[in-house]
Amino acid sequence: MLLAIDTSAGTSVAVVDLARGVIAERATDDTMRHAEVVGRLIADCLSDAAVPISDLSAVVGGMGPGPFTGLRVGIAAARVFALGAGVPFVPVVSHDALAFGRYRAGHTGPLVVVTDARRREVNWSVYSGADAQGLPIRVVAPGVTRPAVLLEPDWAHAGVPRFDAVTVSAGELGQVAELMWAHRRPFAADEALYLRSPDVTLSNGPKRVS
Amino acid sequence: MTALTDPTALTALTALNRVNPLVLGIETSCDETGIGIVRGATLLSNTIASSMDEHARYGGVVPEVAARAHLEELVPAIRAATLEAGIRLEDIDAVAVTCGPGLAGALMVGVGAAKALAISLGKPIYAVNHLVGHVGADVLRLGPDDMTEPLEYPTIALLVSGGHTSLLLVRDLVSDVELLGETIDDAAGEAFDKVARLLGLPYPGGPQIDRAALAGNPTAIRFPRGLSQTKDMAKHRYDFSFSGLKTSVARWVEQKRDADEPVPLADVAASFREAVVDILLTKAIAACVDLGVPRLLLGGGVIANARLRQVAQERTDAAGIALRIPPLSLCTDNGAMIAALGAQLIMAGHPPSALDFGADSTLPVSEIQV
Ligand SMILES: [Zn+2]
Repeated sequence: MLLAIDTSAGTSVAVVDLARGVIAERATDDTMRHAEVVGRLIADCLSDAAVPISDLSAVVGGMGPGPFTGLRVGIAAARVFALGAGVPFVPVVSHDALAFGRYRAGHTGPLVVVTDARRREVNWSVYSGADAQGLPIRVVAPGVTRPAVLLEPDWAHAGVPRFDAVTVSAGELGQVAELMWAHRRPFAADEALYLRSPDVTLSNGPKRVS
Repeated sequence: MTALTDPTALTALTALNRVNPLVLGIETSCDETGIGIVRGATLLSNTIASSMDEHARYGGVVPEVAARAHLEELVPAIRAATLEAGIRLEDIDAVAVTCGPGLAGALMVGVGAAKALAISLGKPIYAVNHLVGHVGADVLRLGPDDMTEPLEYPTIALLVSGGHTSLLLVRDLVSDVELLGETIDDAAGEAFDKVARLLGLPYPGGPQIDRAALAGNPTAIRFPRGLSQTKDMAKHRYDFSFSGLKTSVARWVEQKRDADEPVPLADVAASFREAVVDILLTKAIAACVDLGVPRLLLGGGVIANARLRQVAQERTDAAGIALRIPPLSLCTDNGAMIAALGAQLIMAGHPPSALDFGADSTLPVSEIQV
C-alpha cells in the first residue's frame, strides 16, 4: 500500500494498492495554495482510507515537470513523510500518471502529454504506447517549450494525438508506482524536473550612482 | 482503525507532553536549511546546511536557488539532527516550523515538509514567526552545566540580518511582541553585501568589510546616518534606512576613482561599518531609554560582526542596560530557535496550529504563532 503525493499541477494525494486500486484520493485544482492544502489533504486521505500509517510500504512523489514553487511542496512533503514513516521514497515522473490514465481509458499508440509550465510555456512528454502491464512507454523525456512549437507541422512529433491536462491524479501516480514495483521497473531519478535554470544573471559589477 | 492522522485532533492535545517537550524545528525562510531539536529549553541539535556558496557567484541570495537547495538538504539535515540529538524521530512530541516572514518559495518547502512530518508521526505542529524565533534562541541552554540566567521581560530586541532589520518590544515571548520599527529599504546585512561589492570584495559582505576595516579609521569619513535627523523622529523614530548610506559610499568611491586617486579601502570599510553600527545601536538604545526597558537582546546573522558587539557592550554598559547575545550559532538563522519557540508555546499551554496555514512572506511580528 502506497501514499502518493503530486503537486505538479494542483495538489493531489491518494492511498493506493496493487490489488485494491485507488483506496482514497483527495485533490484540489488550486494551483496557488499547495503549502496551505497539502497537510489537510494528506490527513483527510489517510482518514478516508482508514489504514494506519504503519501499513504503508512506501511514499510516492510526483517529480514533475511542473511550475517549481508548487512542485517542490509535494516533493518535500513526500520525501519527509517517507522519512517520518520509516519507509522508502519512490520518485515517479508526473506525466507518466497522465499517460497511464489515457492508456487505461482505452487510448492506444503514440501520445503527447502536455501540461502548463507557466510563463507562457508548456511541459510535454512523448509516449509510444502502453506495455503488457499497462505501463506507459515514455520515448522522449519531459521538455519545456512555447506552445506554438508543438503546433508547427515540422515538429518531430507533429500529428501525434495530444492530451492537455490541467490536473495530475495522485491515484494514477500511485498506480504507476505499484505496477513499476510489482514488475521491478526502475523508478524515476530522485530529482525535481524543473527543466529550467533559476532566473539569475551573473553580476557585471556594481552600477554607477553618480 | 486507530491511526492518528490529524495532529490537531483532541487526542494529540491531551497526549502532548507539556513539561519538557521534545521538539523538532524546521527553518527555511532564507538560505539556511536549519533543523533544530530541543528538549524544553535545552538544545540537543542545531543542524544547518547553508546554500551560501551557491549564492556567492550572484552577489546575493537568489530565492529560487535557495528554495531548490532547501528541497535537497531537508532530509539529510533531519537525519543528521536526530543522530546528533541521539533521538529517534518517533520520540519527538511536536514539530515546529517557520511560516514567515521570509522568502515565499523557500518557506513553502519547510511548511510542506513540516506538515508531512507531523502527520507521519501523528504529532502536533506549531507554525511560528521567524523573527520571534530569533528572540526564542536566547532561552536555550546548551546543556545541564549552562547556568545562564533566564531571559527577563520586557526586553528590547534588535534583529539584524541580510533579510531583516527589526526593533522589537518583547513583553512576553509567547504572547506579546510588538514591532517598534524596521528597515524601510535595505536590511543591514544587504547594505554590507552591496558595499562590499562596490569595493570589489566578495559575498557575503559582512566578514569581508570586517576584515578590510581592521586597519581602517572609523572616523575618517563621515557617512550619513539614515532616518536619524530631528525631522525623522516623529514618523521613523525606530525605523532604519541603509539605502542612502550605500549610495553615499558609492558616490564617495566614484569621486576618488574619477579623480584617479587611490580608494582608501580600510578607511571606507571602517567608516561605513561605523555608520551602520551607530545607526543600529543609537535607535536600539533610544528604545530602551524611551520605554524604560533596561534590557537589550541582539539576534540575526549580522551580530557576528565583532565591532557591532563591541560597541553594543560599550554603549549598553554606559546606559546601564543589560546586554544579551545568544551564541553566534544561534544568532544566524537556525532551526533550534524555531524548536525553542515551539517548546515555549507548548510549555505555556498554547494549542497546536491548524493544518491549513500557509507561508506568509510578510507575517507581522505580532503573530507569534499562526
Ligand atoms: Zn533571520
